[in-house]
Amino acid sequence: MTLDLALFLLLALVAIASALGMLLSGNAVYSALFLVLNFITVAVFYLMLGAPFIAMAQITVYAGAIMVLFLFVIMLLGAESLPKSNVLPWQRPLAIGLSLLLFAEAVYLLVTKATPEGNILPPAETVNATENLQHLGVALFTDYLLPFEVVSILLLVAMVGAIILTKKEKGAAK
Amino acid sequence: MVPVDYYILLSAILFTIGVTGVLVRRNALIIFMSIELMLNSANLAIVAFSSVIKSFSGQIFVFFVIAVAAAEVAVGLALIVEIFKSRRSIDVDQMSSMKG
Repeated sequence: MTLDLALFLLLALVAIASALGMLLSGNAVYSALFLVLNFITVAVFYLMLGAPFIAMAQITVYAGAIMVLFLFVIMLLGAESLPKSNVLPWQRPLAIGLSLLLFAEAVYLLVTKATPEGNILPPAETVNATENLQHLGVALFTDYLLPFEVVSILLLVAMVGAIILTKKEKGAAK
Repeated sequence: MVPVDYYILLSAILFTIGVTGVLVRRNALIIFMSIELMLNSANLAIVAFSSVIKSFSGQIFVFFVIAVAAAEVAVGLALIVEIFKSRRSIDVDQMSSMKG
């Protein structure tokens, strides 16, 4: 077993365990922290796949910005955990069964139809960080310029939307 | 050297955990986190494939997905805060009527 594969398996274990921790934890704050751990392991996977810029974007945007926003909202609402309720008692086993079915389908398709080929080489042999950034920047501002601008408008719309949603209306009876 | 199948299998596992989270949990915030987990697993598969075919398009696509996820979280959390203000709860079982 090469060092690369050992590192992959170890990180995969951490990623799956932290995702399960997010799913099973009763406290929303713990869930958010487990998810941060999961995002960081995925960022290390990006590094192993030779995508250093995406890895750093993952850490700053996901683990840094998005999860801090989540934690902020959880603590603002004081909604760490919910009281038990039995509105749909049959829903949970059905959901777990259907998820397992989805997973079985995905694995079946992977094994029989998709059969992706090729190996991921250690990134030191295939790419270095400066080159990766250069290529990404050139592609982003030539071939993908229109999507880039559309995303900037999308972010602006999301910002305006979030402000309008949370703003108190003037003269509204509170 | 790691076969790309392993990455795709890991992505499938994480995606399934995310789907289970959306279906099983009742806390709207945790449902949101599960959606983020699913987006992440899809990103992982995209980057793995783009690494195999040695193309940068996959990485740019993932960059756009991250930007869209950030926008989605901003609006979604604002909606959750609004729902909490009007109902004093973020239990999705209680959001059973369209009347605000």
